[in-house]
Amino acid sequence: MPEFQNVFTRVQVKGPSHIGVELPRGSWERTGKPFHLYLLGLIGDAQVGPIYLGFSGIASVVFGFIAFEIIGLNFLASVNWSPTQFVRQLFWLGLEPPAPAYGLHIPPLAEGGWWGLAGFFLTASILLWWVRMYRRATALGLGTHTAWAFASAIWLYLVLGFIRPLLMGCWCESVPFGIFPHLDWTAAFSLRYGNLFYNPFHMLSIAFLYGSAVIFAMHGGTVLATTRFGSEREVEQIVDRGTAGERAALFWRWTMGFNATFESIHRWGWWFAVLVTLTGGIGILLTGTVVDNWYLWGVKHGIAAPWPNVFPPVVDPATLVTGVGK
Amino acid sequence: MNTPIQAALAAVGAAVVVVGGMLLAVTERPPIDSIQRGFRGSGLDQLYNPRFLAQKEAENVIPASLPRLPDVGAKAGTAYKNVQVLKDVSVGNFTRLMASMSTWVAPQVGCAYCHDVNNMASDALYTKVVARRMIQMVQHINSDWKSHVAETGVVCYTCHRGNPVPQNIWFADPGPEGTPGYTPAVGKNHPATVAGITSLPLDPFTPFLLGDQNIRVQPAEALPGTDNSSIKQTEWTYSLMMNFSQSLGVNCDYCHNTRAFRDWDQSPPQRATAWYGIRMVRDLNNNYLVPLTKEFPASRLGPLGDGPKVYCATCHNGVYKPLFGISMAKNFPELTKVSK
Repeated sequence: MPEFQNVFTRVQVKGPSHIGVELPRGSWERTGKPFHLYLLGLIGDAQVGPIYLGFSGIASVVFGFIAFEIIGLNFLASVNWSPTQFVRQLFWLGLEPPAPAYGLHIPPLAEGGWWGLAGFFLTASILLWWVRMYRRATALGLGTHTAWAFASAIWLYLVLGFIRPLLMGCWCESVPFGIFPHLDWTAAFSLRYGNLFYNPFHMLSIAFLYGSAVIFAMHGGTVLATTRFGSEREVEQIVDRGTAGERAALFWRWTMGFNATFESIHRWGWWFAVLVTLTGGIGILLTGTVVDNWYLWGVKHGIAAPWPNVFPPVVDPATLVTGVGK
Repeated sequence: MNTPIQAALAAVGAAVVVVGGMLLAVTERPPIDSIQRGFRGSGLDQLYNPRFLAQKEAENVIPASLPRLPDVGAKAGTAYKNVQVLKDVSVGNFTRLMASMSTWVAPQVGCAYCHDVNNMASDALYTKVVARRMIQMVQHINSDWKSHVAETGVVCYTCHRGNPVPQNIWFADPGPEGTPGYTPAVGKNHPATVAGITSLPLDPFTPFLLGDQNIRVQPAEALPGTDNSSIKQTEWTYSLMMNFSQSLGVNCDYCHNTRAFRDWDQSPPQRATAWYGIRMVRDLNNNYLVPLTKEFPASRLGPLGDGPKVYCATCHNGVYKPLFGISMAKNFPELTKVSK
């Protein structure tokens, strides 16, 4: 009897490798001889390969590699080609977008041109990967849900790096490449635009982000808890609800009065995840284009709570005409 | 349990130990004390680690002052040759200040750090010329910058702490040059030790504490059209503010209500003190430190040939009030007014 009360998957089915369903005419062959790895089996399927390469997949990887190289070599150049410093400072190194003076013009390579090239190749790579996702799904006769969910993430990426800078009339408004540089940029973005927490679309995005985690935990927990009654066959249970589905539904009706179904829980999860980046992208798009200071916008529309002032009155010294600071 | 699972668990355990060790190495171990300053629930709290606080207190004990003598008898200006600043101070208190200065600034070498001991009046050593200007600077701070130092004032020890060169000074730092044709030197994207080890600009001092570039980047209107500050510019302000934070050992909300950084109406009063502090540091750098550049030997200059300059940490040394607000200047009245 398989045991399911464990962090790792305890059941590993050993059998001949599965090559996959027949491909439509004109498709590329899948490549790679499949093999099994026990350790991978603990967290997923033990079978590795074969993989479908395809035109969009290869092009995506090549373009992504070009972007990766441009960014990496610029990092290396910024530490004067020192491999030691490259490793030591890796998290701090960055590739900056052009200075504000360039507006939407194409700058010289050394003044942000490399940033533009890296952005172009990375964007091409991501869009090609989307095409691959979409076409692999249809080739298998699947719906295209994952591709559209990915498109929502791409939307946020494009807003940050392309659409919003275009509307602001300056590539300088875009995000630098680099681990810490892009995080520092994010904080600076919120500082410049008067506190992003007062942006309602940012609020929505956070709510969906945290909500996604809650829904995922609820669903994962429910399925694992009812697996001993057969709920790992959850798709069958959508239309043929067995004792696992009944018990899961009953559990949630008991604890919170309402339950999702074996089908609708996946729609809840999908929509919550998709709405994170969809609403987030809208929030970024409105920042600087429609609203310049989100805190003051919040005051104007009654969402910034007024607090009693506990400090003695403070006057901006720059507004005083006398004194040493004038 | 079978062996592969044990092996996997061991691997996970080892990974947890390694990652946890790395985290502990770069973060502060609890406990953290929080002190509420703003309205309840607004999160305007100062965070302190009691372990570090004890260490800070030990580092900021003031040295005993020599007893002050009655202001009688001959004046230093007539008794000694080449006294240019402290002419009107009595010989007794002049000597007391000189002795104090040697323990504050050069406890190892003593008088000879600044003086030619065979001819105390000689200006041959550059340190004597610098020290004279520094006395004038201290007098200027204590008499003209009460908006920042109040009646607490400063003395040599506030910055020097027994070191000939204060521990926290700055030189221009444009960052590594990079390679021509690739990413240019943008003055950031390397570990910025002056700004909380972020990738923010490495030298927020030159534009703001030497020059008077605009620090304010948040628009005063909700809707666009009034403020052209860029995000890149904001990163420079951000770097400066991180430097203030680490120089004083405080959080952002020591001076700001962080929900609306620009709003003075919601700010703690310390923000106004800091505003004057910025102007004071600019004044000191431009009128006292930079003109001294030519006096220093090359070994005292920065990589670009500029002289040592001051910023918040020069006096504050990681504490919200230098020496936790204990006034040493009150025992040295000759340092609290500008000599004529």
